[in-house]
Amino acid sequence: MIKLKAENISVIYHTLDGETEAIKNLSLEVEEGEFICLVGPSGCGKSTFLNVVAGLIKPSKGKVYIDNEEITKPSNKIGYMFQKDHLFEWRTIYKNIILGLEIQNKLNDENLKKLEYMLDKYGLLSFKNYYPRQLSGGMRQRAALIRTLALNPDILLLDEPLTALDYQTRLVVADDIYKIIKNEGKTVIMVTHDISEAISLSDRVVILSKRPAQIKNILKINFSIKDRTPIKVREAPEFKDYFNIIWKELDIHVE
Amino acid sequence: MLNEAKVFSKEHEIYIKSVKRKKMLIFFTQISILIIFFALWEILAKFKIIDPFLVSQPSRMIKFLIKLYNNGELFKHIFVTCYETIIGFVLGTVIGTIIAIILWWWDFLSKVLEPYLVVLNALPKIALGPIIVFWVGNGKTAIIIIALMISLIVTIISVHTGFKEVDEDKIKLLKTFGASKFQILKYVVLPSSVPTIISALKINVGLSWVGVIVGEFLVAKEGLGFLIIFGGQVAQLDMVMLSIIILSIAAYLMYAFVASLEDKFLGWKN
Repeated sequence: MIKLKAENISVIYHTLDGETEAIKNLSLEVEEGEFICLVGPSGCGKSTFLNVVAGLIKPSKGKVYIDNEEITKPSNKIGYMFQKDHLFEWRTIYKNIILGLEIQNKLNDENLKKLEYMLDKYGLLSFKNYYPRQLSGGMRQRAALIRTLALNPDILLLDEPLTALDYQTRLVVADDIYKIIKNEGKTVIMVTHDISEAISLSDRVVILSKRPAQIKNILKINFSIKDRTPIKVREAPEFKDYFNIIWKELDIHVE
Repeated sequence: MLNEAKVFSKEHEIYIKSVKRKKMLIFFTQISILIIFFALWEILAKFKIIDPFLVSQPSRMIKFLIKLYNNGELFKHIFVTCYETIIGFVLGTVIGTIIAIILWWWDFLSKVLEPYLVVLNALPKIALGPIIVFWVGNGKTAIIIIALMISLIVTIISVHTGFKEVDEDKIKLLKTFGASKFQILKYVVLPSSVPTIISALKINVGLSWVGVIVGEFLVAKEGLGFLIIFGGQVAQLDMVMLSIIILSIAAYLMYAFVASLEDKFLGWKN
């Protein structure tokens, strides 16, 4: 079933100095439960696309549909995660996680119980009264994910959520986050510039061109190994082939 | 950070001791300076090496303090000045923050008012003192308004700048939750600006003292500023010096109180 559909999206940024075309005629369909990664040269408009899907930016042209309904403003079906965890330093982990519920006035027993369960399951229960400063980068990003999941969105938009972490933590957190997301059965669009990360997590990798972003290629990722996890697939024989294909498509030159 | 193990090595104990010793040494040196300063002052004045008529003398100041206490005026003067200062800086901070919120809410208004704020900020507010006295009369109200004006514009500018520096992504995060503008203010903008507001408060304590003392110079019939200016006019340096010392103590205590607010509201930082 098609969960999300972006139709001929174009975005133009205006400043007094002129206009910049960030995205040009981008169309994409995402199946329910699918994990999609967008890769592309830096500054190509990947994040802009996520902002459009989230209803934060109105596209100059084109429309976004979720479950066949047009998106014009932030929707409850969408959860957004940023490069930085953006936990509020002045709130405890627990207070941070209930933030979305608090804003939408949904602090009822049922939701809180569910959160408590998630905190426990994902190893943060004993840290719930800590301040963000007291947690490691990986734990903070997990807390940010639970904050997003608290509102029970169908689709998660992840804007380079692992970039701020160091390499080792990144591998572990990628594994964690992948499991959590699959567990909760979410549809995901993630932006990254890390090719390995994209292959290890996605069902499909969408390769974007330089600005204005257009789709260059869509690569379906299949692995022969069972019980796929992001760390395990890095050893699969197909991994390096995918890597090479994407690397060539990206056609990156250092000038 | 997590304060688990309490068993330290010998080396660590020695380290802790040396840190404590250094702290004590600093404290004792500070106290000694104070004692030596007043002792020297007393002795030099006693042997007429410096003229007590011009610089007063600690023992004469104490005599004057007792006299003031006995005729019941000491606390009246202290109270009046502290009262004016507290009202001045609380009003300055509260009104300033409210105006900063309004400017944050209506960006158009803030852009329009910007040059006016810059001019008002540059203007020495004391210059408006005589006008205020003319408008509201001789009295506490005029003094409080002078104190208020000194801190108000600085508060508006610094708090509004603090509001504008709030991380855009944090605001965006709230927007993805569907937050209203008021909720954005309540959940992100205000709480993340608490450090800015407290530092404004700290600056305002100092500024309000300036405003109140100048105000009392201009109009008052009571208060520490009045004692200072009156003492000068009647060549009573004991009165002037004593008032200045009381003023320093009061200003320090008030600053210490505001600084303690910082620990209370910014506990999450430590």
